[in-house]
Amino acid sequence: MHFQLLFDNILAFTIGGLVFGSIYALVALGYTMVYGVLQLINFAHSEVFMYGTFAVAWTFVFVHGTDQVTWSLWRALPVLLLALLAAMLLSASIALLLERVAYRPLLNKNAPKLIALISAIGASFALSEAMGVRDLLSDLLPGMLVSVLIGFVIATVIVFVIATRQQAATAGEEPTGLVESARAVRSGPIVVVSIVLAYMICKTLGLLSPINESVGLREKLIDYVRKARDIYTNPVTIRPHRLFEIGGYRVSDVDIVVVASALLMMVALDLFVRRTKFGRGIRAVAQDPESAALMGVNSTRVIQVTFLVGGLMAGAAATLYMLRIGSTRQNSGFILGVKAFTAAVLGGIGNLRGALLGGLVLGVAESYGSALFGSKWQDVVAFVLLVLILLVRPSGLLGESLGKARA
Amino acid sequence: MASAADVMRRAGERWDDFVDRYNRQPWYLKAIFVLAMVFLAYALPLLRPPLITTNSIDFGGVMFGVAAYALVALGLNIVIGYAGLLDLGYIGFYAVGAYTTAVLTAYHGSWPFFLVLPVSIAVTMVTGVILGAPTLRVRGDYLAIVTLGFGEIIRITVTNVEWLGAAAGIKDIAHPNSIGPNPEGPFIDPSEKGIFQIPRVVWDGLVPHLDHEHPTSFLIFGSGDAIPYYWLLLTALILVFLGDRLIKSSRVGRAWEATREDEDAAELMGVPTFRFKLMAFALGAAIGGLSGSFYASGQSGYINPQSFLLLYSILFVAAVVVGGSGNRWGAILGGALVAYLPDRFRDINEYRYLIFGLALTLLAIWRPEGLLPPRRTRRRKAAEAEIEALEEGELDEEGSHA
Repeated sequence: MHFQLLFDNILAFTIGGLVFGSIYALVALGYTMVYGVLQLINFAHSEVFMYGTFAVAWTFVFVHGTDQVTWSLWRALPVLLLALLAAMLLSASIALLLERVAYRPLLNKNAPKLIALISAIGASFALSEAMGVRDLLSDLLPGMLVSVLIGFVIATVIVFVIATRQQAATAGEEPTGLVESARAVRSGPIVVVSIVLAYMICKTLGLLSPINESVGLREKLIDYVRKARDIYTNPVTIRPHRLFEIGGYRVSDVDIVVVASALLMMVALDLFVRRTKFGRGIRAVAQDPESAALMGVNSTRVIQVTFLVGGLMAGAAATLYMLRIGSTRQNSGFILGVKAFTAAVLGGIGNLRGALLGGLVLGVAESYGSALFGSKWQDVVAFVLLVLILLVRPSGLLGESLGKARA
Repeated sequence: MASAADVMRRAGERWDDFVDRYNRQPWYLKAIFVLAMVFLAYALPLLRPPLITTNSIDFGGVMFGVAAYALVALGLNIVIGYAGLLDLGYIGFYAVGAYTTAVLTAYHGSWPFFLVLPVSIAVTMVTGVILGAPTLRVRGDYLAIVTLGFGEIIRITVTNVEWLGAAAGIKDIAHPNSIGPNPEGPFIDPSEKGIFQIPRVVWDGLVPHLDHEHPTSFLIFGSGDAIPYYWLLLTALILVFLGDRLIKSSRVGRAWEATREDEDAAELMGVPTFRFKLMAFALGAAIGGLSGSFYASGQSGYINPQSFLLLYSILFVAAVVVGGSGNRWGAILGGALVAYLPDRFRDINEYRYLIFGLALTLLAIWRPEGLLPPRRTRRRKAAEAEIEALEEGELDEEGSHA
């Protein structure tokens, strides 16, 4: 126990904790919103964040190249804004993809809650691993694309053949256009089978490897792919510039930007949920999905928007994370996701302001904990704090419910 | 894609039909079937049937892992499936069992394995009660994150505490006691070991041969052969399975189900829900500890904190839910699949977790109720389908009247 260390630098540890806490809080928003609307733990949200961090690093590689340099924050700002845009775009698309592939089929079936968790766990594995084997995948990608294209061509031909047959069979009843009757053909399995068939044909003909080699996608993308399982470092290191000093802690511009932009995003989101039409829809579905549907709220759209907003926030968090840490990896989402979810629960899951408070409290507690017991016990402190708070306040610091936010 | 889903749905119905047909058989036919399956399960690592056998790593070791996961899934099924408590930190109990065994047999003592086994079960059970008593009052998803935190706390503790071997882990953990002559030394003929030897089968295409070169010595727990460990674990699995059957059909099992379906209603009906939840938690923990104990004393006799990552907790939950939460056969099937699939596809090493993740998502969407759902769930689903059909039928009639 190093009380002396903590008390001598109490402000330093507080500010350090707040910086990390605001990143936790931004990621926690994604968990808390999905939980508020669907009562589901969106387990794959950590991967949404992870893809955002890669988008940031790739933007820097794209703009600057791969030489290791150190820039000041102001020098990096334009690229950083571009990276923020890229990260938000990529994270939001991953979040929407997730909703479409892993959640909506289950929600349509009215499946038990637990199975949606498993579906999300599977998606999380797949997303993280796809990033982890991107070097090998990029080798195979051109061949796959070609076989998918060939497969589509074959499928189109088959569908139209069936359509003409059907037209011939129903000739004289009602004249329909060829395109319409082609649309009526159930094309799903045909497409799947033809793609597989095309892939197998190309493979047996030995077409795939020449295509892959002649394109050489991995060589062209080598700066982005590198060794996929290693740590991927942003080529531009952003050097914090000391602005002023409080209690022995040198507050840097990076710290201020991280905390301020996190707070800004939170305020924007809070306004969005409280003041806009979509926000009202989100609150309505969170309160009572069935009544909301009866009142004309399109719940599928609301769920989509929820995932979209969560993805945007995760993208912003990813940018701030890269600004502060500077490197990422295919599994770096996981532990941060666990922390962020803890923060969401700490503040009261489903509660937006709770996520902010929970994130900040968690960040500061971790920072104090690592000062007192050493950094290896940091996570233990975080979880013990969580258990203690839940014992005293079983529904988090601010209580749950997204729906109860007043308009 | 809608019709691809149709094909999948039809495959699912065919599978349900198969299960139904099995369930309709008289009890003696079922008993014969189960005995045959048990015999097959024991013989599987010796039979090494083609397609199933893993070529790149020792099949006996894979089967040991499969049995360990099945046992864990069986224990977690009590917590998740029967009592409805989402436990994301089950690996913590597994670790407690493994570390109790390691510390008592190797690191700070030299107890024999079978003496340690009941101790480690008791220790994990107590751990379960200590963790459960404060946290089980917290509901639903909060419990998930609290248990997840507990699993992490255990892992970080064993990583950082020197007394528990720290990051380097603990080696030379005692194996189970061998039965039969077991001469030590470098040039021992395998035929001198054990009570008797069992040759294994080698397949040349589809033609089986007996391989007398690499026999398994019956009940010699050495470092060369994983199969005796597998047999021991399988025996434990069967015993736990039988115990599970008894407790599920007892008053306790019914109390669990009542608590899971509606806690308030159960409490009003006089079920002390907290006590029963705690009991499920402790019992599940004990089975996890048992499994961990076997794992620690396995073929390699070595554990380190890397064997107890949070990831495995999540895989355990996936095993229970994919198998069919609440059905012990389903839990075993799910545990076996989750352990087996990544090892089977080691040939495509780099892609195996990618494919595993996709398979998990597809499986969840294809059969939301799990591969082998409990009979109650299936009955409810059938009833719902019937009601829906009735309602639609009535609507159609009304439509025709109008």
